[in-house]
Amino acid sequence: MAVTASTIEVGLELPELSIPITRTLIVSTAIASRDYQDVHHDHVLAQQRGSKDIFMNILTTNGLVGRYVTDWSGPTGHLQEVNIRLGAPNYVGDTMVLTGQVASVEEADATSGRATVTVSIRGANGLGDHVTGTVRLTVSMGANS
Amino acid sequence: MPTEFPDHSDALAKLVGEPSGPVELSPEAVNSAMIRHWVEAMGDRNPVYLDREAARAAGYRDVIAPQTMLQAWIMKGLRHTLDLEAARAAGTVASNDANSTMMALFDDEGRTSVVATNCDQSYVRPLYLGDRLLVRSSIEAISDPKQTGLGHGRFATSLMEFFAVSNEVAERGVSAEELVSQAELVGTMRFRILKFRPGTGATAVVAKPPRPRPAITEDNAFYFEGLRAGELRIQHCTDCGTLRHPPLPGCGSCTSLNWDYVLSAGKGEIYSMVVNHYPQVPAFDYPLPIGLIQLDEGTRIVANLEGDPESWAIGQRVTAEIRALDDELSLPFFHHDDMQED
Repeated sequence: MAVTASTIEVGLELPELSIPITRTLIVSTAIASRDYQDVHHDHVLAQQRGSKDIFMNILTTNGLVGRYVTDWSGPTGHLQEVNIRLGAPNYVGDTMVLTGQVASVEEADATSGRATVTVSIRGANGLGDHVTGTVRLTVSMGANS
Repeated sequence: MPTEFPDHSDALAKLVGEPSGPVELSPEAVNSAMIRHWVEAMGDRNPVYLDREAARAAGYRDVIAPQTMLQAWIMKGLRHTLDLEAARAAGTVASNDANSTMMALFDDEGRTSVVATNCDQSYVRPLYLGDRLLVRSSIEAISDPKQTGLGHGRFATSLMEFFAVSNEVAERGVSAEELVSQAELVGTMRFRILKFRPGTGATAVVAKPPRPRPAITEDNAFYFEGLRAGELRIQHCTDCGTLRHPPLPGCGSCTSLNWDYVLSAGKGEIYSMVVNHYPQVPAFDYPLPIGLIQLDEGTRIVANLEGDPESWAIGQRVTAEIRALDDELSLPFFHHDDMQED
């Protein structure tokens, strides 16, 4: 079911999403974002550069945070902003658990019939917070509007 | 030790607002092949990125690119990355754009380490198939020196403005700078880094996490209590006299539940061994040699081997050293038995 403005209130928690940080995930997402830096696909070079293994690139963190919110909102949730603060790296073998909470719901725009919602998100792994931030999206008003 | 670094505040201030480099045109128009790679890699099942009907039902006029792909469209790809690496290896990187100048000034201030701290994307309109992206990058802000958890550093924010033109317009042979003037702003991205002096942070010395705790039960508590007292204890059946390890409630030979323990002299030989390279757990040092030790008393025990992993082989004589890792946990570590002459 698509999330609509009439069903959203401040404090509402998004369903948790647990993402295993596999080698396949790190490599395939880095390449899908056209990021060919060796620390995202070559563990030998990554270790030579002082990392314990390959780790997730930033564009992928953006992508997963966006996906996390639209997984919840459904296709009618339209992303407007993804603001992230970066922390502990996502290394192979870890798991990132994404959690989120509705931080604000604005008045619907009369013309578009859409309301802007701000969601606070957090992606934690075994080392701490990989990412914290906010996502802004618009949602439709719902059946009664 | 106090090292004097120059302060480039004035030179850095002049760079604020400057373009980071030339305007770049995306090598490809927004296309479903790249979108498909992206959504499959991300595990994103939102249908609006590949299915026109679903996109329309969701309120878009057509299929859209995932909004978070914004920067992916202007990434220069593998060939560029390899060329850059080759140029770096040959020492022929000659960039004098504002971004390179800024990084060089930071380095000269002793701030040679870098970490990305923030990435803020804002979308003005969705990207549709056929949109050709242009990006104009500039240095938006450079902070005063600050003491951060990572070290003494400066934050620098780059602003990337993304514009779209149709593929036809993009292929008219006009320069990217000129195209931008006729293009529509579709999104922005602010990327913030911290350049800092390594070893000057509050967390400069990262404490190694404590060794994982063993699960201590009524059956095995005597063993770990023994280690804390500096003793390597072996469970002993008081009915038939059989020794056993690891600790169990009953005797495997006579099924008796009566037991006490004897003390091992801590001598034995390597029955089997492995050197653990991966996966690496932060509490341990790697490579990590682990031995299955045949104690002279007859039982076997799994424990760390000390020293160079290459120096170990099955059959070698070993001696235990019981070491307190912290207030709670003591464990046996085995090293080469130097006294061995037989």
